Amino acid sequence: MSSNAAVISVRDLVVGFGGVTVLDHASLDVFDGEVLGFVGGSGAGKSVLMRAIIGLLPRRHGTIEVFGTDPALADEDQRRSIEQRWGVLFQQGALFSSLTALQNVQFPMREYLKLSPRLMEEIAAAKLEMVGLGPDVHEKFPAELSGGMVKRVALARALALDPDIVFLDEPTSGLDPIGAAEFDQLIRTLQRTLGLSVFMVTHDLDSLHAVCDRIAVLSEGKVIATGSIETMLASEHPWLKSYFQGNRGRQIAHRVQH
Amino acid sequence: MSAAALDATADGTSVALTATGAWTVERAAELERIVDAAARRYQATPSIDIDLAKLERLDTFGAWLIERLKRTLIAAGATARIVGLSDSDRGLIEELRLVNQAPAQRHARPNPAVAALDGIGRAVAEMGWSLVLIAHLLGALTAAALRTIAHPTRLRLTSIVHHLERVGWRAVPIILLSTFVIGAILAQQGIFRFRSFGADIYVVDMVSVLVLREVGVLIVCVMVAGRSGSAYTAELGAMKMREEIDALRTMGLDPIEVLVLPRVIALVIAVPLLTFLGSMAALYGAGLVCWLYGGMAPEIFLERLREAIWLPTFEVGMIKAPFMALTIGLVACVEGFEVDGSAASLGQRTTASVVKSIFLVIALDGLFAMFFAGIGM
Ligand SMILES: Nc1ncnc2c1ncn2[C@@H]1O[C@H](COP(=O)(O)OP(=O)(O)OP(=O)(O)O)[C@@H](O)[C@H]1O
Ligand SMILES: [Mg+2]
Repeated sequence: MSSNAAVISVRDLVVGFGGVTVLDHASLDVFDGEVLGFVGGSGAGKSVLMRAIIGLLPRRHGTIEVFGTDPALADEDQRRSIEQRWGVLFQQGALFSSLTALQNVQFPMREYLKLSPRLMEEIAAAKLEMVGLGPDVHEKFPAELSGGMVKRVALARALALDPDIVFLDEPTSGLDPIGAAEFDQLIRTLQRTLGLSVFMVTHDLDSLHAVCDRIAVLSEGKVIATGSIETMLASEHPWLKSYFQGNRGRQIAHRVQH
Repeated sequence: MSAAALDATADGTSVALTATGAWTVERAAELERIVDAAARRYQATPSIDIDLAKLERLDTFGAWLIERLKRTLIAAGATARIVGLSDSDRGLIEELRLVNQAPAQRHARPNPAVAALDGIGRAVAEMGWSLVLIAHLLGALTAAALRTIAHPTRLRLTSIVHHLERVGWRAVPIILLSTFVIGAILAQQGIFRFRSFGADIYVVDMVSVLVLREVGVLIVCVMVAGRSGSAYTAELGAMKMREEIDALRTMGLDPIEVLVLPRVIALVIAVPLLTFLGSMAALYGAGLVCWLYGGMAPEIFLERLREAIWLPTFEVGMIKAPFMALTIGLVACVEGFEVDGSAASLGQRTTASVVKSIFLVIALDGLFAMFFAGIGM
């Protein structure tokens, strides 16, 4: 599945706030066309790593390359073209509160593309429907949406420009199990058709099992392991053992074996 | 990557449309034109195959346009099929086959004249409504204050001191500076006009009465409304947006008691003090201008000041201050609680808070003027 080209490569990244070092020489690759599941305990720094890659947090040390260029060192044009090729779903959704759901999804298209209003509306409606939202939410404002709906609209917005990479910060948290499974399915479809690369922070063991080609584990500021779910399940590392083979993990392990 | 295109080969009553190139987001605008042209041209053709076998790349934009072409043709009475799907494209085409089936709900745009009238009506109703809300909050605040008096331990002293520092202490420099300048300007204008008929000395009467009765307290209130009223609204509004106020309520705490009471008490204490300081600074500015610009010795200024004003002049200004502070605090908190989910409403409410509190302070000043005239102060 994954060809050898890395679309994201992070080397020796150090990020901290004040006296606290959150990421301590973390290194990670995301390969073209793969879905990378990123796991780690709460507060381990998963969101911080994601925000550092997309250039929202300054780093103290290390290199980050996205499509072979460092977004922090790129000039205006390069940065814009990189930004057009990625979509980001933030942990809290981060929808624009003064735009309706449909306008939120249209927003990146308006900014980057010259499309007819009709096409923009149709595509935005299609994206919303693909993430499981019908026409009744089009005119709703974020404050009027449920938590799960906010997640879905945010995902539709992240996918608005058919990006090459999507960053998803806990996309399935706040979704019901059926919605989460549909979401996994959607990610699979998009990834197969569009050759999407996905960087997905998740705690959802079902998602890890269903869609992730590879899993990376963050602990104590470092990426301590990467590999398929089978590798993770077989690992003897104590943290991995308790994460993947705890009560919740065991059912997945069971499923993998059969 | 070759340009995207749709090539047609006709065969009797059927037409095969072959999509070539990359049907992706970068070319979406061009593709839409191609698709619309094809839809118009072949709408009378009974049977159409849309062949995707030669596609280089496909994404959601391209797939939707192909789906749209198919739907338009079918709606025109043709039999349209998508053929030559590669395995990788099938999933996406399948996804898009399912979407946008329900007719989009069009929202009729209202007539502009009606919308303008609607806006005016709403603004008027809103003004009335905000007075109701202010009265409501005043009631709730009084109840909270009475509860606090009954159980003094519930008074949030730390919070009051914190707000007192923000709205009082930190406002001192800017209040002193602006009132000083206002006093100086009033005196300069007075000297300039009064000198022509040799009444320089009455400048002191004019400035002192004006400053102590009206200008001092008004300037302070305008500054406080802009500085602290807006901050109150923005804080409470942001808390409302992030459900912090609901969280307080569910913990059995009264947001009025926890959030509003300390803020309003801080204002009611701070504004009279600031008014006093501001009035003194204004008189100082006036005295300085009289001396340096008008050539009036400080002793003469002070002498005249003593004759021009008596205690009630000063009291009139000071009595008004706490009421105006209460008005500013109430308006700011009412507007803060009225913020709904959006960032835009936070901005609107903050603006409304400042505008309304300044307007109400001026209106209140008018009422006080009538009242004091009535009792002869
Ligand atoms: N802006 C910030 N300022 C200071 N510390 C921060 C900031 N952002 C994150 N941190 C700290 O960095 C650490 C990692 O946070 P992060 O949000 O990346 O956790 P996470 O792995 O995403 O956890 P979760 O699974 O709960 O979302 C935490 O200890 C957090 O307190
Ligand atoms: Mg996080």
